[in-house]
Amino acid sequence: MQLGKIIGTIWATRKYEAVTGYKMQFVQPINSEGKKIGDPIIALDTVGAGPGEIIYFVTASEAVIPLDVDMAPVDASIVGIVDSINIES
Amino acid sequence: MVLGKVIGTVWSTRKDENLVGAKFLIVRHIDLEYKPKEATVIAVDSVGAGVGEIVIVAQGSSARQTTFTKNKPVDAVIMAIVDKLDISVKEKQKETVVV
Repeated sequence: MQLGKIIGTIWATRKYEAVTGYKMQFVQPINSEGKKIGDPIIALDTVGAGPGEIIYFVTASEAVIPLDVDMAPVDASIVGIVDSINIES
Repeated sequence: MVLGKVIGTVWSTRKDENLVGAKFLIVRHIDLEYKPKEATVIAVDSVGAGVGEIVIVAQGSSARQTTFTKNKPVDAVIMAIVDKLDISVKEKQKETVVV
């Protein structure tokens, strides 16, 4: 799983049936200091997160597991909203 | 998933027999301002996309998670057609960490 920040939302009327009802969010992967890592990706929101929030997400075929359906072409899902991070130096 | 623009179609007669009936589209990766990036990918269409449309492509083993592509040699599938992007958090260009 990876940390990310939601930077925007995507509207798509035509989408694969199994993902109907789920929001898609643009997520910028970040490191523990909040610095950007690579390019933004699109992830399905399973927890009700909104733009500006720090979240964590799963990628690859595991991204289908939090969904209510057995099969869906989803390779990134938001699975949690971060309250705080405590790093011991 | 990644954002892309459909820039063309691929026709092929000789292919894996599991792929018969699939519609292959060439998708160019684009950024948040719809500017094209270098990378292109050949993706199987699962939503009825056409040339010129902005789409979302799922890649990797997740691409096999549709009724058509199940257990087929496919690693990229178009799973949505974008109506609108709403980028609400515009950040200053911070230093990007390369991994």
